Amino acid sequence: MSARGVSVWHVARAVATKDLRIEWRSRVVTHQVVPFAGLVLVMFAFALDVESVMQRVAPGLVWLAIMFCQFFLVQRAFAVETADGALDALRVAGVDPAGVFLGKALALMVQLMALVALLLVGAVLLYRAEVRANGAVLLVATAVTATAGLACVGTLYGGLAAGAKGRETLLPLLLTPVVAPVLIAAARATEAALGTAGTAMEDGWPWLGVLSTYAVAFGVVGTVAFGPLIEE
Amino acid sequence: MDTAVEVRDAVAVLGSFPALAGADLTVRRGEIVLLRGPNGAGKTTLLRVCAGLVPLARGSAHVLGLDVATHRDAVRARVGLLGHANGLYDELTVTENVRFWAGAAGASSADVAAVLSRLGLAGRLADVAVSRLSAGQRRRTALACLVARRAEVWLLDEPHAGLDVTGRDDLDATLVAAATAGATIVLASHELDRATRLATRVVEVVGGTVREAP
Repeated sequence: MSARGVSVWHVARAVATKDLRIEWRSRVVTHQVVPFAGLVLVMFAFALDVESVMQRVAPGLVWLAIMFCQFFLVQRAFAVETADGALDALRVAGVDPAGVFLGKALALMVQLMALVALLLVGAVLLYRAEVRANGAVLLVATAVTATAGLACVGTLYGGLAAGAKGRETLLPLLLTPVVAPVLIAAARATEAALGTAGTAMEDGWPWLGVLSTYAVAFGVVGTVAFGPLIEE
Repeated sequence: MDTAVEVRDAVAVLGSFPALAGADLTVRRGEIVLLRGPNGAGKTTLLRVCAGLVPLARGSAHVLGLDVATHRDAVRARVGLLGHANGLYDELTVTENVRFWAGAAGASSADVAAVLSRLGLAGRLADVAVSRLSAGQRRRTALACLVARRAEVWLLDEPHAGLDVTGRDDLDATLVAAATAGATIVLASHELDRATRLATRVVEVVGGTVREAP
């Protein structure tokens, strides 16, 4: 609850709605990030060029492309806040920073989820990745927990880098090692969901646990630390 | 309690530059106080100290009876700062910006239309994206966001900047109405003729100190 008695969830909803509306209007995601993600998949296809290899590595490539796109989305999410001093204005207005964190993370998660769906379709078409029907639950759960983790850590580090000089290059440098666990766990869980190279479905659930733990940990840390972070 | 802002022996250092060097300022509730002085005198820093954005190396700042250093969030919930930046989102319309700031800060968004009308932003402009506005219209929109938040203490840094004559008149009328309704207003401005007419008291900020204007 903020000093004015506004609940965290009220602020989070307002911020998430605002961020998604801005992204919808700007068309940056649809006109720049999605084509970039598609190009990454195509480039991987050219580089590998062997169908069996492509099928084998498709889950990892999808999540690698998501990680690249995450950098753009996080940069973008904080560029709209710093362009005209809105982040400072949010601080001075006494808006609950936990609500701002959760709202921005939620908006980021929605965008990442849409990208995951598109890239999985791309992987099926380009790499001939096979989808087994009984893997749908694991696949959806993986997408939800992985994007939640990426959104939380991205928002936290985006806030950290927002006021820094050279933030455009600093952010990928900071984020890449931190998102490595998501990249690994999401790729393994997706392999299990798709049955890549004969992987059993049961092998995917432990990785889902890793993704859930990661998302919860960075969700909690971000909620607590975002305020002091943007205050610096 | 009659005092809205009380700054005592405030020393603030920005980098190695002493922006405030023992500044004292007292503002009573409902006053409109103009801070005047040359560039770099410390006007902006004084406003930012009151908003809890600049920590003091020495001295104290109280807003509405609350120590800014120890009750920063509570102070911020009751003050509104209009700085050099407008804090607007380019892709949102004027109405959406004002509604967002009112809602996020816990103020009612029911009277957004009235606020827009008072600042000359109603009608066609209300649904225009901020990116398509002139500098003056953006400034008006930022003011509308501030008004909609229903702050008790308004800290305004060059609020007239970029506004045309009509916009300045609308701003002045809005400030007088807010002060009449009980808001306290501290503004820094280089529009001295206009701001002096508007203010109930004028103080000079020189070299990081504050003194009553003659």
